[in-house]
Amino acid sequence: MKNNREISMAGSVAAAGVALGALAFGAFLSRRHDGGSDDAPKNARRKNHGEHALVGRTVTIRKPAAELYAYWRDFGNLPEFMENVERITEEGGTKGRANWTIKAPAGTTVDLTTEVTDDVENNRIAWASVEGSDIETTGEVTFTEAPGDRGTRVSLRIEYDAPGGAIGRGIAKAFLREPEVQARHDLKRFKMLMETGEIATSAHRKSETRKAKQQENG
Amino acid sequence: MRALTWHGTHDVRVDTVPDPEIINPRDAILKITSTAICGSDLHLYDGVIPGVLPGDVLGHEFMGEVVETGKDSTLKKGQRVVVPFTISCGGCFHCQIKQYSACENSNPAEKQDMSATLYGHPMAALFGYSHLTGGYSGGQAEYVRVPFSDVGPIVIPDHLEDEKVLFLSDILPTGWMGAENADIQPDDTVAVWGCGPVGLFAIQSAIIMGASKVIAIDHYPHRLELAKKLGAEVINFKTTEVREALMEMSGGIGVDAVIDAVGMESHGFAVDNMLDMVKQTVGMGADRAAALKQAILAVRTGGRVSIPGVYGGMTDKFPLGALMEKGLQVRAGQTHVQRYTKPLLDKIEDGTIDTTFLISHRLPLEDAARGYKNFREEQDSWTKVVLKPGLEMEKAA
Repeated sequence: MKNNREISMAGSVAAAGVALGALAFGAFLSRRHDGGSDDAPKNARRKNHGEHALVGRTVTIRKPAAELYAYWRDFGNLPEFMENVERITEEGGTKGRANWTIKAPAGTTVDLTTEVTDDVENNRIAWASVEGSDIETTGEVTFTEAPGDRGTRVSLRIEYDAPGGAIGRGIAKAFLREPEVQARHDLKRFKMLMETGEIATSAHRKSETRKAKQQENG
Repeated sequence: MRALTWHGTHDVRVDTVPDPEIINPRDAILKITSTAICGSDLHLYDGVIPGVLPGDVLGHEFMGEVVETGKDSTLKKGQRVVVPFTISCGGCFHCQIKQYSACENSNPAEKQDMSATLYGHPMAALFGYSHLTGGYSGGQAEYVRVPFSDVGPIVIPDHLEDEKVLFLSDILPTGWMGAENADIQPDDTVAVWGCGPVGLFAIQSAIIMGASKVIAIDHYPHRLELAKKLGAEVINFKTTEVREALMEMSGGIGVDAVIDAVGMESHGFAVDNMLDMVKQTVGMGADRAAALKQAILAVRTGGRVSIPGVYGGMTDKFPLGALMEKGLQVRAGQTHVQRYTKPLLDKIEDGTIDTTFLISHRLPLEDAARGYKNFREEQDSWTKVVLKPGLEMEKAA
C-alpha cells in the first residue's frame, strides 16, 4: 500500500531530484577514488569501494577516430544515442556553447548550458557546465587508436556535482535511470549507430520502440 | 497476423498479433512461406531458458518472400530468402572475423545486461528466442521483421523448393559447424551423441568431411535408423554400455572426436544427472549434461570435443579432471550461420546434401501447438515439423 508518508518523503527530496537530469547523459562522479596499484584504468570499478563514484566506459568502434570525433563534436547529434537527452542546441561561438535539455523522472526536465573546455581534433573533447545551469557537470570523451584494424577506443567520462548524492542515485535507480547503466547503454548505442548506421531494436512495430514510448510518456 | 506465441511452460498458442513494421533502414519484412520447430524451441517450451515472456512470438528457422524493404536493405520485393537464426550486423569486429553469432550490435543495448551478467559478455541477438538474446519476434508467424537484411538472408533460386533449403536457417549449418569444430581428420572415428536434426546433420557433415567411421548414439529406434541410412554405425544407450562399446569400436583407443548434439536436457539415469534434473525443474538452473559428461570420458586422450548442443547455465559434477588430464580440445558456440549459408546452398544445389529426409510432418501454422507437443512427446516419429502459414488444416500430412 502506497501511503502518504512515502509520497511526502518523495516530495521532500524533490530538490535533489533536480540533479537526476544530470544522471541521464552519462557516467558520473561524486567521489573520485584514488586508483589501485595495478594498470586498470581509473574508471574501472575497484572491489574495495562499496559505492564506486567515478564511472566511465570504454567501447571499441570499428571506425576511424576522425569520423567518430566529427560526429560527437556536433553536439546536436548526441540525443540520437543518449537516451535521456531530449535535445541539444548549439549556440556556436568560440567557446562552443550548447544548451542541453535532459529528461528527469516524473516528466520534468533539467536545463544546462555547457562550454567546450578542451578540443583536440580527432582525439579529445571536454565540456563543462556554466553558471546558471540546473546542475554542475563536466564531461570528456577521448578517441584513441585500437590495435591493428580494430578501430578506435572511445572512452566517455561524465562527472557531476550531485546534490542528494546517494539519495539522488537511489531515486535514479527507482526510475531505471541509473547513471552507470545509462552510460553503458548510451555508448553501446553510439557504437551501433557508427558501425551499422542504426540503433538495434527488437520492437515489432514503430509504436513499440523506446523512442516512441518515451515521447508518449513525455 | 497469426503467430505462435509463448505463454508459459508447455503452453504455446497461435494468436492474432499486430503485423510487424519496418523500423530501421536496413530492415525487411518477410511473408513466411515455411518455418520449422527447432529442438531448441523445445527448451523454451519446457521453460528451461530464462528471459522468455508471455506473448513472445517464437521461431528462428524460417524463410519467405520479401514484401517490404527499408531504404538501406539490399533485398528486393518478391525475392525468396532463407534467414539465419543469428542476427548479425556485418560491421562490428566479430562479424568482420566471421564470428557472426558474437555480433556486438544486434542485441539492443538495454537487453545486453542480462547475458553480460550471466556469461561475462553480452550475446548477439537471435530470432524468436529469449530476451537475453534480444527478444526479437520470431518466424513462426505470417510475417516477420528482419533486421540487417543486407547481411543475413540468402536469396534462393526459384528451382529449389522450400523444403530443400529451409534448414539453412539453423540446423544444417549447426550440424556442419558441429562437425567442423571436431576438426575431423581422414582416419578419424567420430562419435555423435543425439540423433535429432542437428545430430543427424552433424553425422552427414562428418562423413562428407572424410571421417572413416561415424558412430551415432541415441535411444529412439527410428532416429537411429535415420543415422544408419546416412552411413553411421549406431549405439542404443538404453541397451548398451556406451563407453565400453566405443572403446571396442575404436580398437581400444577411444574415439578421436566427440560431438554433443544433445544439450541441456540430456536424458540419462546416472545419479548426477537425476540430481541436475531436479535442480533444473525447480529452477535452480543446473543444466543436465549427461551426454557431454559421457562424451568427455569416451573421447581419446588428446581428442576433440565439439558442443553444438545448447546449454544456458551451470552444470554440476563436470569432469574437469578428465578434460585437463586427457588434454582435450573443446569448441562450442551458437552457429556462425552467415559463414555457411552460401557454401551449403551450393552443396544442396549440386546434390551433395539432401535435408528433406528429416521432415516427418507438415502442419498449418494454425496447428503449431500440436506440433510442439508431438515433437516433444513423440520424438521417435516426429523428427522434424515444418509449419506452413498458407496450408489448410485438412491438407496437413
